[in-house]
Amino acid sequence: MTAFILRRLLFAIPVLLILIVLTFVLMYTAPGSPFASDRGVPPAVLANLEREYGLDRPFLAQIGTYIWNIVTQFDFGPSFQYRDQDVNDLIEQGFPVTLTYGFWSFLVAVVVGGTLGVVAAIRQNTWLDYFAVGISIGAQVLPNFVMAPILVLVFTLWLGWLPGGGWQGGQIEYLIMPVIALSTSFMASIARIARASMLEVMTSNFIRTARAKGLPGRTIVLRHALKPALLPVISYLGPAFVGMITGSVVIDLYFSTGGIGQFFVASALNRDYGVMMGITVLLGALTILFNLLVDILYAWIDPKIRY
Amino acid sequence: MVVSHSQSAALTAAAPMGPPRSLWADARARFFRNRAAVGGLVVLGLVAGFAIFGPFVAQHSIEEINWSILGKVDDAGGPCFLSGPDNEIPPCSETGHWFGTDAQARDLFARTVQGTQISLMVGVVGALIAVLVGTIYGAVSGYFGGRLDNMMMRVVDVLMSVPYMFVLILLLVVFGRSILMLFIGIGLISWLDMARIARGQTLSLRSRDFIEAAIATGVHPFRIILRHIVPNLLGVVIVYATLLVPSMIIYESFISFLGLGVQEPLTSWGALINEGADQMRQGLWMLLIPLAFFVVSLFGFFFVGDGLRDALDPKDR
Repeated sequence: MTAFILRRLLFAIPVLLILIVLTFVLMYTAPGSPFASDRGVPPAVLANLEREYGLDRPFLAQIGTYIWNIVTQFDFGPSFQYRDQDVNDLIEQGFPVTLTYGFWSFLVAVVVGGTLGVVAAIRQNTWLDYFAVGISIGAQVLPNFVMAPILVLVFTLWLGWLPGGGWQGGQIEYLIMPVIALSTSFMASIARIARASMLEVMTSNFIRTARAKGLPGRTIVLRHALKPALLPVISYLGPAFVGMITGSVVIDLYFSTGGIGQFFVASALNRDYGVMMGITVLLGALTILFNLLVDILYAWIDPKIRY
Repeated sequence: MVVSHSQSAALTAAAPMGPPRSLWADARARFFRNRAAVGGLVVLGLVAGFAIFGPFVAQHSIEEINWSILGKVDDAGGPCFLSGPDNEIPPCSETGHWFGTDAQARDLFARTVQGTQISLMVGVVGALIAVLVGTIYGAVSGYFGGRLDNMMMRVVDVLMSVPYMFVLILLLVVFGRSILMLFIGIGLISWLDMARIARGQTLSLRSRDFIEAAIATGVHPFRIILRHIVPNLLGVVIVYATLLVPSMIIYESFISFLGLGVQEPLTSWGALINEGADQMRQGLWMLLIPLAFFVVSLFGFFFVGDGLRDALDPKDR
């Protein structure tokens, strides 16, 4: 197992490097200086600014310093728009917020979606099944940026139950709508995947054997069927994580939660390459790390995988 | 095709006597028996018709500001068919704002038509790129196998484990926002899944007799891929491409919702939903109309995709 983890870790490092190089090259080849603006900065000032931020150095030196700072000091570089801020400040501010509602969204999507799918499969062709299938079909067309306005419309404008945005340290009434908006479409996907694989498992030979032995239904489902049925769900967790990180941008923007996505959009509109790059690299690293964890979990659960 | 010989023999034997039917005719029959799929197809036809013929019907351009409504959009900007004695909305014969106006008093009908055009185009172009690049890439990787396959699939793995939306937005910001850039960016990521699917199918095709026969008679590998492998991938590719269209539309709408996609005065469903969401207190129609188009069309695509899968996928027969 240790060898397997090490091997996966060794694969993760070049992936991360590729991501850093890719984003850096993108930024490096960007036409115009990041400091050029409509106000028409004099060339001498521009040159000074570029020297200050080390942008006049050769490409390899720049990227070398960038990677070195990330690896050794966890320093994602400066913001090119605000002198007094660097990317780490923004991450410190925004990341706990993103992590909080992201964690709850993930939990809701996996627990509710998984339960819905498994129960629907066990009670196939009952109203419960139709309800679950209906929800998962409906939620396919409700990505986060559609859910968010609908939720605000219903719960803030019409019913007046929940605040339409803000964070307030993550109190529950500020947390509910972001979590629902972010988790719905993933919950639906997980429910669909879990239902399909549970149906397949429940008709397989070893379940028939278990039934023939006279095991009670509860034992069959919990002890025998659940584990193999959840494997496809586990392999979906990686894409779901990427989707949620991406969706957090919409959540931050729409609910003004102040998470990391808000800074990303602001920097995109400002052409603040430093911040954009830093956030992209950080989230990329997180994604890679998460995929690693999922792979390990998968290998641990699936007896067919040899490592 | 995708059915093995024994299966197709069984199918023919089971069918009542009649003229032989091709696999595609079979699939067509199965598809048209599926009510949800046919309904989806009808809806998509209507939406496409709206996008194509809408410009001829619209009474205004997408940029034209109706100065008589500007400043009182909340009261007078609603869809003109709601016009009545108890509100200030001018009747349709006067303004022709069937969907009302947006917050800047521009005709929402014209803007919805234009947004529908862009969203559909992004979806179709993205899926098309995926079909072209992904199929060839997957077929080559699966056919040659070995080290090349390993390397090519590693590339896909690496690209898939990158949070592409952020890179895509970075790309849009660095090279300027334009529809072309949007197409390139979406095309860059859309083919990955397709490549995997095509590869998987190719792996199982490669060991079949007709491919072996082609190899034995000395056909060039690329000719085998193009003439023998790719046509046999078509069923799976079509199904997946149909399901890819809505996800491309969702990508584009996502970016436009953030205000990073298409630029004013052009618009798309995502941009319209975003504008409507800002105005929901004053004018709910600005949110509900584009939202309805988005949701209904996506349903259409998903139903047609599912229908095609049921019709073409050999597994569930």
